[in-house]
Amino acid sequence: MQHSTAYIIGFSTLICIVCALFVATAEVSLRPLKELNIQIDRQKNILGVAGLIKAGEKVDTEKIRELFQNSIRPKIIDLSTGEENTTLDPETFNQRAAAKDPARSRSAAPNPSKVLRVPNQALIYEVLSGGKVESIIIPIEGYGLWSVLYGYLALAPDTRTILGITYYDQKETAGLGGEVDNPNWKAKWVGRKAFDERGRVKIAVRKGPAGPPDEDPYQVDGLSGATITSRGVTNMLHFWLGEGGFGPYLARLRGAVGA
Amino acid sequence: MAVNQREVLLDPLINNNPIALQVLGLCSALAVTTKMSTAFVMSLAVIAVTALSNTAISLIRNLVPPSIRIIVQLTIIASLVIITDQVLQAFVFDISKQLTVFVGLIITNCIIMGRAEAFAMQNPPGLSFIDGVGNGLGYGLVLMAVAFVRELFGSGKVFGFTILPLATEGGWYQPNGLMLLAPAAFFLIGCFIWAVRSWKPEQVEEDFHVGALFEPGHEGSVR
Repeated sequence: MQHSTAYIIGFSTLICIVCALFVATAEVSLRPLKELNIQIDRQKNILGVAGLIKAGEKVDTEKIRELFQNSIRPKIIDLSTGEENTTLDPETFNQRAAAKDPARSRSAAPNPSKVLRVPNQALIYEVLSGGKVESIIIPIEGYGLWSVLYGYLALAPDTRTILGITYYDQKETAGLGGEVDNPNWKAKWVGRKAFDERGRVKIAVRKGPAGPPDEDPYQVDGLSGATITSRGVTNMLHFWLGEGGFGPYLARLRGAVGA
Repeated sequence: MAVNQREVLLDPLINNNPIALQVLGLCSALAVTTKMSTAFVMSLAVIAVTALSNTAISLIRNLVPPSIRIIVQLTIIASLVIITDQVLQAFVFDISKQLTVFVGLIITNCIIMGRAEAFAMQNPPGLSFIDGVGNGLGYGLVLMAVAFVRELFGSGKVFGFTILPLATEGGWYQPNGLMLLAPAAFFLIGCFIWAVRSWKPEQVEEDFHVGALFEPGHEGSVR
């Protein structure tokens, strides 16, 4: 069967329009459900890094909401001063949107994590138990090999000891860099020290295995076959724990603990 | 069901299995079979995509200009895969996170293109739909069999329920770590192919050596 060029162009245009319609309909109609799932997943990650739910434990949506409601306190801080910002509402604050808005962010100093803009305010979480702050959860993000990795780091109130790390959104190679999601690897972070005695960021993902936290507090096992993702994790921790990130806030906390 | 339809549906399960005989779609079969739940969702996704893409392509088979038929098939398949991915993200978010890129990679699963080109372009929509379901089932059958062995011996579980209590959790079973790695699926699929071909020796290929296709008697085999 011979077709004219016009027919071929018309036919392919029509196919594209029909397919695009189907894809767009699916995307738009399912968006509310997906957003809800993402929100629940984010809360689950926060609870996980806080140690309130164990890796691999099955918890339903209700339980996640309840735990989150009862033991997590969201808080907005001004990154440059480290002080709490009480004028903004943590419920509606969107840190990723703020980082893109020139009025609410500043450009970051060149850094290996390829973080371009830092928001003026950041959303952190405090884990409460009997009215006492058990740990502080700060958001981290930075470039790995293929993608920006988004996650959380949980620190003890002394701000030095790491209580957990998690990534909720990343597109690294499944099975290699994607192993940042592996519960066994995440468990290796617990008890390591992010800062040395003089308050400098020292934690790093090394190549090969690291010792137990007591003997080797500043290093974590590298991910086999994922050198660049591992380096990305180190870089983003140095960025976000440093002066340009949560440094001022953590320094304030240390002062308060010391006093 | 007419004989022809039953044949089209059941043939791909054993006689003409896409993985065992046609040796297609291995990449995802290695990746998503450490657990039965992920393998199950992946199978359902592939069945949905093969069935719907076969139907859609069969519907327009007489209108598609032959010169652009492959790209048209690919456009339809890609759209269906995106929709499937969206549905998984909306309804089974956890499993969709575990399947990561492999849902998106259904696009490159040769089974789907293969069936579109080999079957749907020549047959009516109803029969093409059944062929799609059959081939999806054939793929799913191998996936589930491999996932069953890998999950049972790799983590002592079936669909997440403990069958063999692990030594690390106070039981007696020492799990076989190899089962959780991709090469295990290679061995298992190899064993599966061996078993099927012992049962149905007609599936065994003729002795093959480099250059065989160019020798007398094989003219026309190279296309």
